[in-house]
Parts: sequence; structure tokens; C-alpha cells
Amino acid sequence: MNSLDELIESMISGNRRSLGKIITLMENDSSSCSYIIPKIHSKTGKAHIIGITGPPGSGKSSVVDKLISYYRNEGLKVGVVAIDPTSPFTGGAILGDRIRMKKHYTDKEVFIRSMATRGSLGGLSEATGNAVKALDAFGKDIIIIETVGAGQIEVDIVKVADTVIVISVPSMGDSVQTIKAGIMEIGDIFAVNKADIEGAEKCIMEIKMMLDLSEKKEDWVPPIVKTYGNLEDGAIELYESIKEHHNYLIKSGHHEKKRVIREKTELLNILQNMFFKNLYSVISEIEIEELARIIAKREKDPYMVIQELMPKLKNLM
Amino acid sequence: MRILIAKPGLDGHDRGAKVVARALRDAGMEVIYTGLRQTPESIVETALQEDVDAIGLSVLSGAHNHLFKKVIDLLKKEGAEDIPVFGGGIIPEDDIPYLNEIGVKRIFGPGTSTEKIVSFIKEITNKS
Repeated sequence: MNSLDELIESMISGNRRSLGKIITLMENDSSSCSYIIPKIHSKTGKAHIIGITGPPGSGKSSVVDKLISYYRNEGLKVGVVAIDPTSPFTGGAILGDRIRMKKHYTDKEVFIRSMATRGSLGGLSEATGNAVKALDAFGKDIIIIETVGAGQIEVDIVKVADTVIVISVPSMGDSVQTIKAGIMEIGDIFAVNKADIEGAEKCIMEIKMMLDLSEKKEDWVPPIVKTYGNLEDGAIELYESIKEHHNYLIKSGHHEKKRVIREKTELLNILQNMFFKNLYSVISEIEIEELARIIAKREKDPYMVIQELMPKLKNLM
Repeated sequence: MRILIAKPGLDGHDRGAKVVARALRDAGMEVIYTGLRQTPESIVETALQEDVDAIGLSVLSGAHNHLFKKVIDLLKKEGAEDIPVFGGGIIPEDDIPYLNEIGVKRIFGPGTSTEKIVSFIKEITNKS
């Protein structure tokens, strides 16, 4: 048994530091996933995965903090993955979402992991999905993913979460904002946070109008709930709605469907990465550059070049 | 590289901790900041969950001897004494030998340049 096997075993038996280390490994070196995932895959798939997204400062972390409390009162074990941005200039990051979750720091059944985006643009980091798998295999019943502060197109959360909550705050723009494509299309539940400040009713109305306009593809109508990050019991309505959505997913069979779509995306991702990695083993970067030069001189076009490469590309696997 | 910057104890002065956090960020590190008034227990638990390469503690309350010792003892209890601990804040010269003796790698007093802290962290974690 090697040391990585020991680490995986120690994680599965409940060691929190080993879980922390495994997430780091998968985050730093994607090739380690091909060793770790096969050992934990059969232990995953039980947790309810909840995604929370919304603009910076809208109160995502405070709402997560409230949700953790509700789930802990039920006796459920909670994992959190909180994502903050990586500096595109230095590669550094300040990961501060957990500050809002202080209350749960010493609860041994709550595991909070901060992650930096490390160049990903979809609101998550590349390793988020695998971190969720590790938490799932560790035995968490509920896994909450908090995206990086999101604006309009950061919608990767749909690919990972069973239930997506989009948080809005009053006074962020007029009703055209709500009918724009992107983030407003992905909510299973809409929460208007800071609902005690002026403009909350208008905000709710605009989301409601947006939902009325959208074509109904499923029989789930996304509820719009008010949350108050500053109140002790400020997310109770949201908590109830998440439960309802979970029940709906299971009863309607959408839960299964969503998971198949998710696995398909992941499978394609892994294949893509593999092909891409192998590409450089059949053609060197220097060769590619040489071909690019030929294309730039207009001696050949890209498709012609690929035709000529075909025999080599057949050896990709 | 992942570094935990934590403020144990009761003082509410976090400017120093934030300056250091920002400097480490600009040096390309991922900095996990706990916020004010943390207990040694919560700091150690955070270090485990976040799998950090080092822990920096900022104390200005005068309770440094007690707080640093508690953090180091708890790390040992969790089998995580390999995570290096360093510190800063208002800490009298006379107390530094004791802190070094219990395992604190370095104390940075007021006026330390942030470059010095960055290069120290790179050195103790053996990463660049």
C-alpha cells in the first residue's frame, strides 16, 4: 500500500486533515484524480448538492452560514466549498468567505474548504467538482457550493449542483437586467437577500415577471423567497424551498436525469483533456508552430493541414 | 501555496493581519483569512480543513505566550505539528526566546518589510 492509498483510506475513515490534503492534491495536480476518483467514486452520489450564486457582496456567505445552522439542527453533516477569485496578475488570492461562517468553525461535522478560481471563468474552479466528490465520499449529507461573486455568464454551477439558488439584492438595475440571458436562467430558487432594504418588493416583482415570460420546460416553478443575512432566522423560507425542490427532483425523476447529464459532461471533459494531453505526444509543439507558419503564409489552410495530420492523429489513444 | 492568517484572542486590530494577507496575495499565494477573535481551536480546525502550508498569527493583546502555545499544542494533538507557525503583532523582545522554544518559527515585529515575510514563508515551506 502506498502513501496515497493510506491517505485515501484515512480520509474515508473520517480524518479531516486527510480530506483537506486530498482536495489539495486534486486541485494542484489533475493527474492525481485518475488515481483518487476510482477509489472514491462508488462512495459518492448520496449528498444533496446545493449551489449558491449571485453578485459580489449580495450576501452569499451569510446565507450559507444560515443554511448550515438549519441542516446541523436536523443532525445532517455539511460540507461547504467556497470560491473566491484568483488575481489574474499575480496568481494570488484572498479567501475570505469562511469569515461569515465563524459560528461553525469548530463543529467537527462541518467542513469548509475555500478554493481560488485559478483562471477558471465560469464561477467555479476546475477542481470544484472533485472537491465535492471528496466531501460526498467523506459522508457529508449536504454539500453547499458558493460560487465566486457572479455577474451574468458565470453559470458553471448548473453543471455541478442539484439545486441552484440565485441570490439578488434590491436596486441592482432595472427590469431589463432580469430578462438578460445567463445567470437568471439557471435558478431553481431565487432569493432576494437584504430584503429589509428599500426596493425589495420591486426586485421580487421583476424576477416574477421574468419567470412569467419564460417558457415552462418543467413543472417546477422557481419560488422567489426573501432572505435576511442579518437576522438569526433570516433564511428559513429558503431552507424550506430547497427541501421542496429536492423532493420534486426525486419524485419527478429529474434528479436522475440531472446526474446523467452531469456525468456526461464530466466524461467528455476527461476525454477532452486526455486527447489534448496526448496530442503533444504525437505532434510536438515545434511541429505545430511550423504548421502555423505555413498557414500564416497562406501556403496551406488549417483544414488541409489537419487532413495531412490525420494518419498521426489516429494514434492519439 | 496556501497560508492561513489568523487573529486569535480578543484584540480587534486587524490592520497588520490584512497588510500581510494582501502582501502574500501579491506574492502569488492563496491566503485564507479567518477574521477577528478566533480561538486556538477554530484556528487549528481551519488549518486542517484548508490544508495550509503555514499559519501566521497576529496578536496585539498581550496574550501571545498563552495563545501561541495553545495553537502549537492543538496542532500536535491533531498530528499536524509539521505545519509551521509564525507570528507578528506587539510582542516584547523578551518573550521571543520562549516562543521560539515552544516551536514558533519566527516573530515579525512592527516595521518589518513585507518582502521579508514573503521570503521567510517561501524558505520554510520550500516552495517558490
